Amino acid sequence: MHHIYCPYCEETREEEEYSYTGEAHIERPKDPAAISDEAWGDYLFFRSNPRGIHHEMWYHAAGCRRYFNVTRNTQSYQIHETYKMGELPTVTVPKETVQKGEAS
Amino acid sequence: MKKYSGFSLFKHSLSHHENWQAAWRSPQPKKEYDVIIVGGGGHGLATAYYLAKVHGITNVAVLEKGYLGGGNTARNTTIVRSNYLWDEASKLYDHSLDLWKDLSQDLNYNVMFSQRGVLNLGHNLQDMRDIERRVNANRLNGIDGVVLNTAEVKEIVPVINDSQDIRYPVLGASWQATGGVARHDAVAWGFARGADSFGVDLIQQCEVTDIITEEGAVVGVQTTQGFIGSKKVACVTAGNSGVMAAMVGLRLPIESRPLQALVSEPVKPIIDTVVMSNAVHAYVSQSDKGDLVIGAGTDSYNGYGQRGSFHIVEHTLSAICELFPMFSRVRMNRAWGGVVDTCPDACPIISKTSVKGLYFNCGWGTGGFKATPGSGHVFAHTLAHDEAHPFAAPFSLDRFNTGHLIDEHGAAGVAH
Repeated sequence: MHHIYCPYCEETREEEEYSYTGEAHIERPKDPAAISDEAWGDYLFFRSNPRGIHHEMWYHAAGCRRYFNVTRNTQSYQIHETYKMGELPTVTVPKETVQKGEAS
Repeated sequence: MKKYSGFSLFKHSLSHHENWQAAWRSPQPKKEYDVIIVGGGGHGLATAYYLAKVHGITNVAVLEKGYLGGGNTARNTTIVRSNYLWDEASKLYDHSLDLWKDLSQDLNYNVMFSQRGVLNLGHNLQDMRDIERRVNANRLNGIDGVVLNTAEVKEIVPVINDSQDIRYPVLGASWQATGGVARHDAVAWGFARGADSFGVDLIQQCEVTDIITEEGAVVGVQTTQGFIGSKKVACVTAGNSGVMAAMVGLRLPIESRPLQALVSEPVKPIIDTVVMSNAVHAYVSQSDKGDLVIGAGTDSYNGYGQRGSFHIVEHTLSAICELFPMFSRVRMNRAWGGVVDTCPDACPIISKTSVKGLYFNCGWGTGGFKATPGSGHVFAHTLAHDEAHPFAAPFSLDRFNTGHLIDEHGAAGVAH
């Protein structure tokens, strides 16, 4: 069970209050009609799915009902940071693929 | 390979079973192979077996970072069925079911395939409409299926709670009598022994750390046991497929998530079929040993830890206890997780890639075990001919760009 800090509520709450909504920082093409099927498919379906540092969106469904970003290690499940929409992550470069960490 | 038989069992009993031939060799990797298969799980081993047997390509290595069949092959709930909604999917899974029927004889290895039937329960009117639609589609595709009402379900599974006053009452089910279960380890070991007998090298404790390409074509792989050359590299790496793809700068439409299962202490025979419920998200069967084998859902988020969240298990067990109140006092022995490669349309990717000589067989998500023989069979064809097997062609990577998805999500009683 993750304990996730919501940057809007400024509270740490249990995972079940939130829903996971996928990889973060994927920009919707400005003019979908203008781009190729290739690019549109890539935008819709293709994901980086890393083993290690992952930037992802969560939705505080049972709280403020806002989306925010989380930097989490998909191997150790350690949450490095949470940050508001529109902000950039501070933890980005994976120091090593597998990091030791406590599953929270 | 020495054949297993009743006679050999008797013969070896005379020497206290101490002189059985090893089921496969443990060779050192050669410098170069015709085909390298990355991943020694059921699908990878089946691919190697059919490559050798059907296509005569025996200069093949299977590279496994751990031990054979130690990933999702050892972590699933062993359910076999083919009642998928869409033509493409039902062809592929039914092809697999056909291979299951003779697999023990073919491999000379008892995979304990037991066609004990599979029930997919419906709990509301929409479930029942979907079930009718799917059973009709199945029958048009030559796959057996019937729609059952509550009383008929109760007849097959007398211990099920048929009360209509519970939160998710059993209104009926689809029934595929030819579905069932098989022994997961035996499937991996049988394919491994079969492949080895044709001369395929099964190399364990050999992790692929990089895929080496030259001018857009694969030339080999870098491993923990050094460089191994090959012009064809086939990744059958389930949850780690995204990591493999990243080695050549590719991305896949796959997200890896832990899926959990658990088994109870052994109890006397109580369920002689497989009961699945998509809506309340629980499935259960009983192994020959007597343990109840229970499957839960995936975690909602990406993860490579081979364990799942506790609240997911809690959710599944509350559904199981409502369906089978008597199980509330059964103790659970073990729980574990496997990292499944989920695809947006819940169908696999059996495909070439933009890198010449690099192939992927992945995206089986939460339901790959049932497809083990079929997956290996069609993928071997794809590798041997550098062209997709007709059953595999709809499952190419291209479909995510052309939009020709095969949307089996929820429609096929797929348990996630």
